[in-house]
Amino acid sequence: SNSSLESNLEGLAGVLEADLPNYKSKILRILCTVARLLPEKLTVYTTLVGLLNARNYNFGGEFVEAMIRQLKECLKVNMYNEAVHLVRFLSDLVNCHVIAAPSMVAMFENFVGVTQEEDVPQVRCDWYMFAFLSSLPWVGKELYEKKDAEMDRLLSQTESYLKRRQKIHVPMLQVWTADKPHPQEEYLDCLWSQIQKLKKDRWQERHILRPYLAFDSVLCEALQHNLPPFTPPPHTEDSVYPMPRVIFRMFDYTDDPEGPVMPGSHSVERFVIEENLHCIIKSHWKERKTCAAQLLSYPGNNKIPLNYHIVEVIFAELFQLPSPPHIEVMYTTLLIELCKLQPGSLPQVLAQATEMLYMRLDTMNTTCVDRFINWFSHHLSNFQFRWSWEDWSDCLTQDLEKPKPKFVREVLEKCMRLSYHQRIIDIVPASFSVLSPANPVCIYKYGDESNRSLPGYTVALCLTIAIKNKASNDEIFSILKDVPNPNQDDDDGEGFTFNPLKIEVFVQTLLHLAAKSFSHSFSALAKFHEVFKTLAESDEGKLHVLRVVYEVWKNHPQMIAVLVDKMIRTQIVDCAAVANWIFSSELAHDFTRFYIWEILHSTIRKMNKHVLKIHKELEETKARLARQHKR
Amino acid sequence: RRAPPGTAAMSSGGTLSILRSDSYAELSQYRDQHFRGTRYDQERLLRKSCTLYVGNLSFYTTEEQIHELFGKSGDIKKVIMGLDKVKKTACGFCFVEYYARGDAENAMRYINGTRLDDRIIRTDWDAGFKEGRQYGRGRSGGQVRDEYRQDYDAGRGGYGKTVQCQ
Repeated sequence: SNSSLESNLEGLAGVLEADLPNYKSKILRILCTVARLLPEKLTVYTTLVGLLNARNYNFGGEFVEAMIRQLKECLKVNMYNEAVHLVRFLSDLVNCHVIAAPSMVAMFENFVGVTQEEDVPQVRCDWYMFAFLSSLPWVGKELYEKKDAEMDRLLSQTESYLKRRQKIHVPMLQVWTADKPHPQEEYLDCLWSQIQKLKKDRWQERHILRPYLAFDSVLCEALQHNLPPFTPPPHTEDSVYPMPRVIFRMFDYTDDPEGPVMPGSHSVERFVIEENLHCIIKSHWKERKTCAAQLLSYPGNNKIPLNYHIVEVIFAELFQLPSPPHIEVMYTTLLIELCKLQPGSLPQVLAQATEMLYMRLDTMNTTCVDRFINWFSHHLSNFQFRWSWEDWSDCLTQDLEKPKPKFVREVLEKCMRLSYHQRIIDIVPASFSVLSPANPVCIYKYGDESNRSLPGYTVALCLTIAIKNKASNDEIFSILKDVPNPNQDDDDGEGFTFNPLKIEVFVQTLLHLAAKSFSHSFSALAKFHEVFKTLAESDEGKLHVLRVVYEVWKNHPQMIAVLVDKMIRTQIVDCAAVANWIFSSELAHDFTRFYIWEILHSTIRKMNKHVLKIHKELEETKARLARQHKR
Repeated sequence: RRAPPGTAAMSSGGTLSILRSDSYAELSQYRDQHFRGTRYDQERLLRKSCTLYVGNLSFYTTEEQIHELFGKSGDIKKVIMGLDKVKKTACGFCFVEYYARGDAENAMRYINGTRLDDRIIRTDWDAGFKEGRQYGRGRSGGQVRDEYRQDYDAGRGGYGKTVQCQ
C-alpha cells in the first residue's frame, strides 16, 4: 500500500543518512546499480535519492556525478538498454528536486542534436531520440512547465527527424502484414504519437506511481544540482546500437468489456505499462516463479486489465523478429506459472489470445507461426491437450495448404511428438482426422515378399541376417560387393564409387533393423560408420543417403531430424549435402512443412557454431605463434 | 533503530543478490551415495556438468518424447534411459546430456517441474553418466522410490514393490 511504502522510504532514508559517513561509496554503488537494473521500481528509488539529497546536499551531488560516469561507461560499452534506464532515472530526479530542470533540458538538447550528425548509422540517432522521448512520460510536465520554448523546439526537431528517417525495416519486423485490427507500428512512430497525445493532454499522466508527491513539502526545500554538460560519446567502429522494433499489439479495450478499460494504443499509459512489464521480465527471466509474481503484482491492477497487458507483452517478446529476447521455452513456462497463480482469470485470457492468433493466421509472418505452433503444442501438453478443437472446424473446409489447416496439422504433429499417435487421434474430433499426423512407422522397401523382384532384395535379406549375427564392417562390404551399379554404363573413368543401389540396400536395411528407438539408430550409425563414410564419400553419395533416410522415415519427421543431425556430427554427410537435399525437387512437396525448416535451421546453427569454434582456435594459435616469435 | 523492510536488498551480503538469483539452476541437496570420489570431486563435476538426471517419468515415456521436450532448451548429445536391472525395461528415469552447460541450465530453469506425458518431472544435475548408472538401485530392480512407496501409480507399475508383496 502507498502509506507503508512512504513510511518505508522515510525510514530507509533515515537509516542510510546515518550510514553515509561510513558506507557512502557502497550506498552510491548500490543506488547506481538499482537505477541501471531495476527500472520498473524507478520512482521508488528516485524518491529515496530525493529524500537523501534533501538531508545531505553533497551526497546528492556525488550521486548525480556517479550516475553520469555510469552513463558514459554504459554508452562506451554498448549497454544501451541500461543507459536508457539511467537517463530515465536522471529525468525523474528532476521531479524529486535533485536535478534542476533547465540542466536536464540542456542534456536532452545534446541528445536531439545527435540527429544532426553526419555519416552516422540511423540507429545511433534513433537511440538518442528514444532516450529523450521515453523519459517524457516521467518528466515531460516538469520540463515543459520550466522551459516550454526549449521543449517546443526539441519536439519540432524530433518531428522533422522522424519524418526524414528511413523505415525500410518495418515490413521485416511486423508480425502481421495486415493493418487491421491493430497496425504494427514502428516503435519511434508509436512513441511519438504517444508523446504528442500526452502534450495535447497538457502532460497529465496518471498511471506512473509517484511516491515523491507525498514528500513534496520536504523535497521542495531541497537544493537542486545542475547536470554537467553532457556530450554524447562519438560514434566509433565498435559501437553497436539497439535494433529498431515494431510495437506488437493484439488487444484493445473491446477485448475485455467487463473489466477496466485498456489504455489506448497511443496513450502514454500504454507505453509505460509495456515498458515496465518488459523490464520485469528482463529482471527476472531466470526465476520463473518470481517473474510471474512480479508481473501479477504490478501496481494499478484494478485500474488496468493487467492479465491482458501481461499476455500481450509476453507474446510481443515470443513473436519478436528476428529473435525473442529470451529462449522460447521460457515464455511457455512463464505462462504456465501465471496460470497457476491466477487460475480463475489468466487461462481464459490466454484462450482468448490463442483464438485471436488463430483467426489472424492468414497474415502472420511464417517465423511467428512456427513459434506459435511450438508454444501452443507445448502448452497443451501441460494441460492434457484439452482444447475446443470443434471451434476450429472452419479450417476443415479449406485447402490443406492454407494457413489455418496447416497450422492445425503442424500443431497436432508437434503434440504427437510430446505424446504418441493414438493420443492425438483420441483428442481431436473424428472430422479432424484429415489433419492428423501420420503414424510414425518406418517404411522398409524390402520388407515384403511381394517386393522380391526389386533389385537388391536378396542382398538386403543377406545383409539383415549378417547384421543380426553381428557381422563386421568388412563382411558388410563383401556382401555389398554383389550389388550391381545402375550407373555402370555412365562410368567413363576410374574412381567412380557412387552406387545408389548399394546405398539404398544398406541404409534401408540398417535403419529398418535399428528402427526401435533413437538410441538404436544412433548405435547403428556409430557401429557402421566406416561403411557409411565409404558409400557416401562423394557428394552424390551423401545426397543419396539423405534421400534413402527420407524414404524410410517420411512418416516420422522427428526421426529424420535427429538422424540428419547425427550424420552431420559424425561427418557422414555435410551441411552442403543437407542444403542440396532440402532444396531438391524430390522434397518440393514438403517444402512448407515445419520439420524441413527445423532441419535447415539446425544445420545452419551447427555450421555457425563450427565456424566460430575453428575461428577461435585459429586466433588462439596465431596468438601462441606470436608469443613464440617474441621469444 | 530497526532497519525497515527492503533494506535486505541493500545489505552488505551480496549487492542486489535478488537480481543475480538463479535458484533453479543451482545444485540441489542430493548427492549420489554411489559416487566414487570425494564430496568435493562430486560437486566440482556437478558444477560443470552438461548432464541432467530426470525423474518421475512414466514407465511408458519414450526416448522420443524426452528428446522432443528437452530439445527445447538446446541440442541434445545423448539420452540414456533408466532401466530395471532385472527386466531391462524402462523404470521411470533417464539422463539427458547436452553439448553445452548453458542448455542444461535452461532445462533446469524451464523444463524441470513441468509436465511430460502428463506427469510433473523433476530434473537435477548429474556428475556424469558411467556404465551401470542406467540401472535402478532398488532391491527388485527398479528405482528405490518404487520399492517403498505406498501409493498407487499407474504409470510406475501400480503399487510399490513392498506393498505388492504383502
